[in-house]
Amino acid sequence: MKQIEIKNLTYSYDHESLAVDHVSFSIEKGSYTTIIGHNGSGKSTIAKLIIGLLEAESGEIFVDGLPLNLENLAAIRSKVGIVFQNPDNQFIGATVRDDIAFGLENHCVEQEKMDDIINRFAEKVNMTRYLDSEPSHLSGGQKQRVAIAGVLAMNPDVIIFDESTSMLDPQGKDEINRVIQELHADKKMTIISITHNIEEVAQSDHVLVLEKGKVVMEGDPKEILLQTDKLIKMNLDIPFSVKMQLELAKNGIKADQYISMEGLVNELCQYNLKK
Amino acid sequence: MPIQFEKVSHHYNAGTQFAYVALDEIDLTLKEGKVTAIIGATGSGKTTLVQHLNALLLPTSGKVTVLDRVIDSAEKPKKLKELRKKVGLVFQFPEYQLFEETIEKDICFGPKNFGVSEQEAKKRAHEVIRLVGLDESFLQKSPLDLSGGQKRRVAIAGILAMDPDVLVLDEPTAGLDPQGAQQMMSLFMNLNKKLKKTVLMVTHDMEHVLNYCDEVVVVRDGKIVTHVEVREFFKDTTLLNELHILPPSVIQFREMLNDKGFKLDSSIMDIKTLAKAIAKEVKR
Ligand SMILES: Nc1ncnc2c1ncn2[C@@H]1O[C@H](COP(=O)(O)OP(=O)(O)OP(=O)(O)O)[C@@H](O)[C@H]1O
Ligand SMILES: Nc1ncnc2c1ncn2[C@@H]1O[C@H](COP(=O)(O)OP(=O)(O)OP(=O)(O)O)[C@@H](O)[C@H]1O
Ligand SMILES: [Mg+2]
Ligand SMILES: [Mg+2]
Repeated sequence: MKQIEIKNLTYSYDHESLAVDHVSFSIEKGSYTTIIGHNGSGKSTIAKLIIGLLEAESGEIFVDGLPLNLENLAAIRSKVGIVFQNPDNQFIGATVRDDIAFGLENHCVEQEKMDDIINRFAEKVNMTRYLDSEPSHLSGGQKQRVAIAGVLAMNPDVIIFDESTSMLDPQGKDEINRVIQELHADKKMTIISITHNIEEVAQSDHVLVLEKGKVVMEGDPKEILLQTDKLIKMNLDIPFSVKMQLELAKNGIKADQYISMEGLVNELCQYNLKK
Repeated sequence: MPIQFEKVSHHYNAGTQFAYVALDEIDLTLKEGKVTAIIGATGSGKTTLVQHLNALLLPTSGKVTVLDRVIDSAEKPKKLKELRKKVGLVFQFPEYQLFEETIEKDICFGPKNFGVSEQEAKKRAHEVIRLVGLDESFLQKSPLDLSGGQKRRVAIAGILAMDPDVLVLDEPTAGLDPQGAQQMMSLFMNLNKKLKKTVLMVTHDMEHVLNYCDEVVVVRDGKIVTHVEVREFFKDTTLLNELHILPPSVIQFREMLNDKGFKLDSSIMDIKTLAKAIAKEVKR
């Protein structure tokens, strides 16, 4: 089943150059899609078009089969949550608690349930201590955590994460990714994650590569990430395990290509056992 | 002249119910001409620490010495121009730094403020915009009409145009694409190696710490827990575990193999040497 379908989408900020250039793709219900591409390639613009924050010049967007138009805007916004690239653009409430509550009120959640939900999600992102703090007085990573909690708490069908863990420490990134993976697995939430982290792409089940407003590669991460020459030529990153495999080959060790370190480690152990 | 923190504390909202001790009597000496990484978990105090270097924040107690200049709680904002000319700070959120109507004006603001002529400032703007990987056509655009990564590049360009002696960079590669991140790191290294600029960088990217920095300072709960040479830091796997620091991929990979019975030396920290060592062990 298609959760989101995009047909021939085009957008221009200045009526000259196209930030999004005749883009078509679809996203399956319950899938985890990553979107990568250079700075300025149009990733955030596509995200803003999907939630109806920008209006397409031409083309169509369907969410759950509903065409995105003025009439369906509210219905679609209740299905699709977004964590903005800059968390400051997310905050409305005077405290972290109010901020998470605001989204819930909009979704008509009963007062009694609200406290429980707020506490639960604050805990999931490790921000319980800061519930009464002003969002603007938080550190960068704390802001990102709160922004994520606010959207998770609303329990939408689809969440778009626009580089939303870019300022977390590696351990923190892992923790939050685990929380997201759980929701994805338990609730069949559809995840769209815009990222520059190639190792995260390896964990997703679908990837889109954007360049100058166009989708230039799309498919299974394994299939895409192993097109090493093409990725290098486009100045994109390749997974560490592939870099390692290439280095090993230079030293006479032939191993298969894997997109995660575990695969390569296991093969090398086999190698070691057989000798 | 080294940069020195002596018993520096910073309390946010002192005296209110929201009082928060973000720095707790820290002592720290950073050598001139080095590239130092400041790392630590979310909310540990990194931004608070580096914002003391150009007196954007003042110590609640203690004193900071930067380039012969002593900053303490009694600092007067009027006398800061000289300091801010020499210590350039790139904010964690570039949006806080971009406010002019065009990118060119934004980049020229710093240099002009510090006495550089209009003509010279514009010349610098044309130079630095290309250094950060954008072309000159960007100069006439509004800094608000940019993608996230482009904003970060412009913010960095603005500081480069000031030509400061000390570069303080708060997560300078967050949001940059991998190629841009690498370009920017090479740029900082060039400034350090060729022009002897002191570079201080808050980062979560352990690959950058390992590959580009000389020393590393770890902040936890407003205190400095360690300050060591980078290779020494990453050699101490026990300490890394204790501090919950996820090491760079090379080291993670090496340790995954060691857990499965390989005997790869803990001094190996680059992919080429690691591949050789693995080959040797597998072929033995
Ligand atoms: N508000 C705006 N006004 C005008 N142009 C814009 C605006 N926002 C973005 N652009 C331009 O549109 C293009 C696409 O920007 P977008 O923000 O979608 O990129 P992105 O892929 O998200 O990049 P990044 O990785 O840097 O966040 C860029 O060339 C950018 O300069
Ligand atoms: N203006 C402020 N008022 C009150 N507390 C603040 C303020 N700014 C920061 N803090 C608190 O001080 C602590 C340190 O914040 P700081 O911004 O220095 O952290 P950081 O190490 O840079 O974190 P991050 O990696 O998330 O950016 C945090 O707990 C934060 O909530
Ligand atoms: Mg973006
Ligand atoms: Mg910070």
